[in-house]
Amino acid sequence: MARISVQTGDFNAGAEIARMTQGRVDIGGLGCFIGIVRDDKPHGAPAADRAIRSLTLEHYPAMTARSLERITREAEQRWSLLDCTVIHRVGRMVPGENIVLVLAAASHRQAALEATAFLIDWLKTKAPFWKREEFPDGESSWVEARASDDAAAARW
Amino acid sequence: MKESLVMTKPLTILYFAWLRERVGTAGETLFPPAGVTTVAELVEHLAGLDERHAIAFKERKTVRCAVNQEFADPATVLQPGDEVAFFPPVTGG
Repeated sequence: MARISVQTGDFNAGAEIARMTQGRVDIGGLGCFIGIVRDDKPHGAPAADRAIRSLTLEHYPAMTARSLERITREAEQRWSLLDCTVIHRVGRMVPGENIVLVLAAASHRQAALEATAFLIDWLKTKAPFWKREEFPDGESSWVEARASDDAAAARW
Repeated sequence: MKESLVMTKPLTILYFAWLRERVGTAGETLFPPAGVTTVAELVEHLAGLDERHAIAFKERKTVRCAVNQEFADPATVLQPGDEVAFFPPVTGG
């Protein structure tokens, strides 16, 4: 059974990996993806010049739960995963903070790595989360979906 | 001839992200008028309710829909008591 959590607080990737591997010796590979709030300021700009001040994530709780269950079940079946974890944060986050954790454990590396990529690609295009960016001048706007994310999800 | 749905229970309509901001509410319940049987017809009905709804549904092709927490198409047929959510393309991860 996948571990799925949507939460406002941060997660501890090391603790999540330990929870997954503790007491078992059948896992041969574990893929890990951590999404982090990035500050897109131009290269070389002073550290104080932040491109964004914060991201605020909202979601549709009832649908998020179903959607993450479906996505993790699909990954578990397609790659015969031994375990997987998806933790997604909601609420306000500043650059440098974790947003999302994906872990996929399998007997071998290829399944673990592919399933990790699949999980984040599908999550980005099928799970009902929305990001709002707040800029240093106090303005804010909703992040637009990117065609490249759809293309990444479609390859699976 | 097209059958009209007799709604014995109202639809629950939910809005997320900029749709919520433009409509000015996170949700509402309504009995759709006769002739509204699909998601596309519901969108037309909602867009005609008032100016806020009209603005929210102006970029109709950008608006995504879920019925009972599953992605739905404009042609999806609605049933009494359905939860119908409207939102922009998702941007999580």
